Parts: sequence; C-alpha cells; structure tokens
Amino acid sequence: MENIEYIIIESGKAVQPFNYSVGMYGSKFFYELKNNRKFLGVRCPKCNKVYVPPRRVCGDCFVEMKEFVEVGPQGTIGTFTILRFAFIDPETGTQKPIPYGYGFIKLDGADTLFQHYIDVHDESKVKIGARVEPVFSEEKKGTIKDILYFRVID
Amino acid sequence: MAKRRVAIVGTGQTHHRSHRPDVNGQELIHEAVTRALEDADLSIKNIDAILIGNMDHFEGINYVDCWSIDGSGGYHKPVIKLTTGGTTGSTLAIGGYHFVASGMFDKVLIIGWEKNSESDTTGAITTAFDPVWDRLVFAGAISGLAVEAQAYMAKYGATDRDGARVSVRDRKHACNNPYAQLRKEVTLEEVLASPMLADPIHLLDVCPRTDGACAVIMASEEYAEKITSTPDWIWATANRHKYTYLGDVNWGELDSMAQASQDLFKKCGITEPRKQIDVIEMYQPYSFAGIIWIEDMGIVPRGKGAEYIWSGATDMGGELPINPSGGVIACNPIGATGLIRCAEAAMQVMGKAEGRQVPDVNFAVSTGFGGCMWTDMILHGKKKPNL
Amino acid sequence: MEAAIIGIGMTTIEKSKIGATYADLVWEAVNKALNDAGIGIEDIDNVITTSSDFWDGRTISCMAVGDASGVRYKNCSAVEGDGTFGAAYALARTLSGDYNTTLVTAHSKGSESISSIITNAAFDPIYQRSFGLDMISASAMQARAYMHATGTTAEQLALVSCKNHKNAKDNPYAQLPMDITVEDVLNSEMIADPLHKLDCSPVSDGCCAIIIANADFVKKLNVKPVWIKGVAFCADAYFMGDRDLSKARALEEAAKKAYTMAGITNPQKEIDIAEVYDAFTYQELMWIEGLGLAEYGKAGTMLEKGMFNKDGRLPVNPSGGLLSGHPVIAAGLYRIAEVVLQLRGQAGERQVNARRGVAQGVNGLCGQSHCVWVLDKDK
Repeated sequence: MENIEYIIIESGKAVQPFNYSVGMYGSKFFYELKNNRKFLGVRCPKCNKVYVPPRRVCGDCFVEMKEFVEVGPQGTIGTFTILRFAFIDPETGTQKPIPYGYGFIKLDGADTLFQHYIDVHDESKVKIGARVEPVFSEEKKGTIKDILYFRVID
Repeated sequence: MAKRRVAIVGTGQTHHRSHRPDVNGQELIHEAVTRALEDADLSIKNIDAILIGNMDHFEGINYVDCWSIDGSGGYHKPVIKLTTGGTTGSTLAIGGYHFVASGMFDKVLIIGWEKNSESDTTGAITTAFDPVWDRLVFAGAISGLAVEAQAYMAKYGATDRDGARVSVRDRKHACNNPYAQLRKEVTLEEVLASPMLADPIHLLDVCPRTDGACAVIMASEEYAEKITSTPDWIWATANRHKYTYLGDVNWGELDSMAQASQDLFKKCGITEPRKQIDVIEMYQPYSFAGIIWIEDMGIVPRGKGAEYIWSGATDMGGELPINPSGGVIACNPIGATGLIRCAEAAMQVMGKAEGRQVPDVNFAVSTGFGGCMWTDMILHGKKKPNL
Repeated sequence: MEAAIIGIGMTTIEKSKIGATYADLVWEAVNKALNDAGIGIEDIDNVITTSSDFWDGRTISCMAVGDASGVRYKNCSAVEGDGTFGAAYALARTLSGDYNTTLVTAHSKGSESISSIITNAAFDPIYQRSFGLDMISASAMQARAYMHATGTTAEQLALVSCKNHKNAKDNPYAQLPMDITVEDVLNSEMIADPLHKLDCSPVSDGCCAIIIANADFVKKLNVKPVWIKGVAFCADAYFMGDRDLSKARALEEAAKKAYTMAGITNPQKEIDIAEVYDAFTYQELMWIEGLGLAEYGKAGTMLEKGMFNKDGRLPVNPSGGLLSGHPVIAAGLYRIAEVVLQLRGQAGERQVNARRGVAQGVNGLCGQSHCVWVLDKDK
C-alpha cells in the first residue's frame, strides 16, 4: 500500500440538545431548593431508607416511595477526590477548570450520598467524615447549580 | 443450569493502539473478526448470528449494529446490539452464551470494539450519568474510581504504594502480550512520581485510551468439539448491575462483584475460589481495584487484599496469576475491554496464550466492570460442565 | 418453542409525557405487566431493558431504569435497538435453561430530543451525514423506489393512514385517533416527497413491558399464556446504495425463518392478525409483503379491497400502529403486546378474531434490520 497521510473528518460543532424531564420527585426537590434553600429526600415505606435525590422507586425493595422528608443542609463527607487533570466538560464543550473537589456528601438525615463540588481552598481540611455545609448561588434558578459547592465547617 | 453446553472455539483481537487513523471503525472490527475466524478455522458463512457492542457516544454513531455490517460480516444475518457501558464486552459474551445455550443459534460471533481516539473519552463517559443530578460534577471514570479508592483507604488503611504495586504487576505482565497497547515495565517509584490525576490516582495507576476490537466465536457442544480439540467451556455467567444513582453506591466495597461472585461460584460448586481458580482476567481499570475487588470476589478476606498482592501470589508464577495479559491498565478500548478479558481467559484454558500462558489452567474467571459500579462474571473451564 | 408471554404492560402513548422520567414510565409498565401475569417481582429471575443512548441523550441509558425494572439483586442485561430485539434476547435467556422468567422493558421519549438530529447520527459520519439526511428523507427515497417498482399509488399510501388512525379510535393507548380521508392525507404538508405529514408517524413517549416464561413456569400460573412459535431477525447491507430499497429482503428472510420455526407454510392463510412497523404509510405495505402476507406489489390493491381492515380477512395494525403513536425503541414491543392482547381475546374495542398473529420490529434506516415474532393462542 502507498504511504499516505491519513485523513480525519471532524464532526464540526454538532450538538444534540435535550429537554430532560425530572419528574414529580425531581421537580419537588428543585422547587424546595429554589424557594426555600432546603433539601428534600424521600423515605422508603418498607426499609425506611431516606434517598437523596428523591425518586419514585426504592431499588432495594421495589416499592413506590411517597413520604418526602427534609434532609441537610449540613452533612459529612462520605468520600471525595480532587480532580487535577483537564478534560472537556460535555455540558459546555470547554475545558473544566481544575483542580476541583468532587464529593459525595451524606446530608444529615439521609442514607444515600449527594454529589456536589467541595471547596478545596484548604485541601488539608477535606477529609472523609468532615462536616460540610452548602454555599448557595445568589441567583435562584431551581437547578443543581443553585448550590455552588459544599465547604468544610471549621 | 443450561440446557446444552456452550464453548468458546476461537478468539481474535486487534493490536491495540492509542490511535488507529489507518482504519475506519468497520475496518477495525473486520480485523478482529478475521482473526477470530482464522483462529477457529471457520468462514463467515459458518456463523449463524452476530452480537456487537460499543458505547455510542465515543464515536457518535447511532444503530451501530446496522452501521457495522461491512466489518462484522452481518450481511443477511441476525445482528443484535447489546450495550451496558464498561461492561459491554462481558455483557456481549454472556449474551452469546445464552443465544447458543437456548438452541436459537449453533455458532455465534461476538464483537466488542471502540475507537476512543475519536472523541474526548472523559467527556463522553460523563454523559453516562444522570443529566440532572450527576453530570455537573462528575468527571468520567477516574472520578468515580478515585472516590472508591479514597473510601477503601479510609476504611482499611491501604496506601498509594499498595495501589502502585498492582500497576507494576499489570504493566510487567503486558510486556508478554503482543496485543497490549502499553508494554513497558515501571517501578513503584515511577508510579508514585507520575502526575496526580484525582487523589489518590496517579497517571500510571490508570488505563489509557485505546482503539481496538475483539471477536469471540462460541459454539454449541455438537459443533465445538469438531471445531477445536481444546474448547473453552462456559460453566456459568452471573452479573449484577445494582445501582442507578452513584450516590447509592456502598463506596469502598464492590457489592456487585461480591454478589455476582457468590452467584457464579454457587452455580458451579466453587467453594474455595483461591484454590480452585487458576487464573483471573479482571476488568480492572485502575490499580486500587486490584486490591479491593479480589476481596469482594472472596479470594482473600476484607482488608487483606494488599497483603496478598505484595506476596506475589497474583504475579505470573504465583498462586493465582491475575491479568497475565496486562489487563486494562495496559489497554482499554472500552466496548471491547470486557470481551478481551473473556478472550484472554479462553486462551488460557485453550492453552493458546503463548508468552503469557499460565500452566495447567482448569478454571479461569473473566470479569467486566462498568456503569454504576457494576460487575459481569464468567467462569471458564477445561472440562465440560455438568448439565 | 417452550416459552410463552405471560404478562404485558403498556403506558399510554403520548406526544409528551413531560412529568415522567424514563424510570417513571418503566415503573408503570413493569407493574402493569406483573399484575397482568399475576406475579410479583420476586418471581422474575432476570431482566432485559431496551433503550438507546442516542434517543435517551445519555451514555449507558439502561442505567436510568435499573431500579424501576427491579434489577438490584438479579442477573440482567440491556439491548440497544427496537424492543423486539430486546425480547429476542430475553427469549434466548428463558430458553437457555438458566432462567425461568425474563422481564423485558423498552422505553422512549421522543419528546425530549430533536429526532432528525438523532436519526442523522445513524448515517455514516464520513460519507453521508453532512448531507443532512434523516429518517424521514431516507424513507422518502425508499417510498419513491417502492412506488416506482410496484406501481403503488399515493392514494394507496394515504389509505394506510386513514385505516390506522381510524383503528386508533378503539385503542385507549393510542396517541392519534382520528377520522381522516385520503384527501386529508394528500393535502397535508409535503414533508419529503412523496411523504406527506400524514404519511409519517408522530414523535411519541411511551414504555412497554412484557414477561416471557418457560413452559414449566407457565404451568404454575393461572393466566392465559400466549405461546412463542417463531422468532427470527436479519440485517441487510448498511449503505442504502448497496441495497435494492424497493424490496425488504432482510424481512423476507427473517419471516421465512420465523414461519419455518412455527410450522407455517402459507402465512397468507395461517396468520390471522399482523402488527407491523408502520413508521411511514408505505412501510406498512412493504412490510406486509415482506412478511409474506401479500404478494410483492399487491398490498396496496388488497388494502383498497379492505382486506387489512379490522373486519377484513387479515387485520393489520388494529391498534392503529405506529402512525397513531411511535415511541421509537418501544414501538416493536408494543406490537408484540398488542398481538398478545388479541390472541387472548382481551383487546377490547379493537378485538379481531385471531388464533395466530405476527409482530414485527425494525432497527436502522429504511428497515435495514427486522425482527419477526410469530405468536399463537395454543401451544
């Protein structure tokens, strides 16, 4: 075969926009977050586990959950990492600013973990088991971005 | 147990590379298919059906089962697509086994492939998670794995030196595998000195991005023994895709592996996996998993994974070699990766693993990992399973 | 074959189920299917979900519906493509001897995306995609080829639309029940010549679930099983220029195999009802012929004679078909569920007299890959 330089075809700026339904459970969570800056979980009638984010079905028990309960806003770090490598954020198409703290937070009263950013301004304070609280954005949009990040309580 | 026996009779894979601009996707697939057919001394005419899989958003192709026909050989054949994320390759193998065991087909061709060079892998994996709840903060596979390692270290006191030891093992093993992408030995110090990607994971703790494909041919007992004198018998399969939300995961233990292993071993009468299994090809995308997941598999008790790794038991020549191929740390074309584990385990049982052969393999285990901390498992055996 | 469908569950098909997540849809369909079979989730020993990363706008789309389909402590897997293919894998698992009962789900929410962008991604990125082709424009080319080869007329295509939208009036799950005339179809907006708006199926949301069980398990139940007699699937060439678009050769092959499995030698006589994948009007006619239910090029004339009407000799899509509601990935599974209802005599106002039926699903562009199911009231 000939020695040729291989051609690469770029897709261009193709995007596939979506309108994701969050359903009744997600909508309730975001209204509460937006209007009252509070977190809602939902309790399983069978195993009593409190799930955040709230959703219809308890995966363990396969039953419908209906009892909303307030959780947080404070919690403890369940586990975390600090991202230090650059990658393209599929939400924006641009490089994600690094480093950033990526945390799983056990909000007080919840049995599952809630994902969000953790402030890593002082990395020495960020540990599994550390107490954290949310910092909210000024703007109230009713999305996950209404929370800017969680920070360790001194 | 199954109604009829099923065996792997041929395998083929590409020489995996970070970037294959010399072939398009169909041609990459075709390379692996041709090699598998050659290995089994079959022609595409002998194949009754094809199972294929990858992860759509790495290449941006919808209906890959239809698009891939020229590469797969699926022209006027039954073709079906299975996809479950990282577990896709193992999911495909489990699917092929069921289609043959059912009697619907006698000989099936199973194909996993990925051209990870064609998109931003981390960006694409991030879109695997819930668009409303997870996507903002999630940073692809590495972030999910890093939080697992953090949780395990906090619970059992393992160190990043322990993790590095696993990376040293797999990267050494990869030097014996001509198909692996990364074939360079590293030292503990080099792993620890490599850039920190996401605490506690260093660059040399994790898998690379890869272009590659793998094909496996399975046949019913009637055909298997005519095709090869050394069929790799599928004894059983088991999987658990437990979680829908990352926040529900029991971080620090791989529940899905623990439950799938118990299911698998029970089906096959394996009571002492450490003694009865001769080799494991584990879908282990980063080093710490090499410690944590062998505990979940029941090879060693909780918290004893690192000690077992340091003993050398999982190195080539040890009690229970793990990843003679070099595993996922040496090459990770995602949709193919689980199937490569299956193919490598089959080669060990069939005695075809050449420079990476473990002697006298009676039982081998291959696994798949992916999704929301999910596990697939297959038990391969030299002897025929009971029906 | 030693397997039967023991339960089915469908959500209504709607233009936009804005308040429901994928998991909500699956939860509804799964519970309906379990109730229908008179069993609990604990009686299900493995699960197949069917979804599409493209249509769902997320990689690993099966992840979103795991909890809602009860996979937590079970073996499971996921098929991408039409629900008939998901069901085919579920059948294999049930027949393998490893499992007794397989739950199959298929869901789709076309309302959440722009369908032309999703189907454009099915074209080859190197050679075809930049022309802006989508499912509708590609199908228009196929419609043209089929009409040219067979002499099928625009009026005959329009009649399919009239029949199916009318049938939908008897189907409480259908999205577009309506009385329309051939003139209404021909006067509707020309989308891609020769396809008018009313020649095309709508964008829809919906979820369907079925439960497949082996013969031993069926014995333990107090339900009317519908027996699976033949299942086959087959794919044609990818590039449309490599195919004779006016013919459905892959469907012919799949149908032939499925009929052989079912012991059917004369499908025109032995099949009593067909639910086919009428994403576009011309496709119903092409698929009827591909399924051997009419001679090539004759379906249009037979339609005019009323043979495929609800009270005709061979009712086709008494549910109203995809033209009356098209939740993409779930569409073929709905076809199976509808045939099940018919064979059980539980199809309500849309009931026809049927002992044996055929259901069909499609993957890819212009019917590149087909899956055919032959179902029977009796074992």
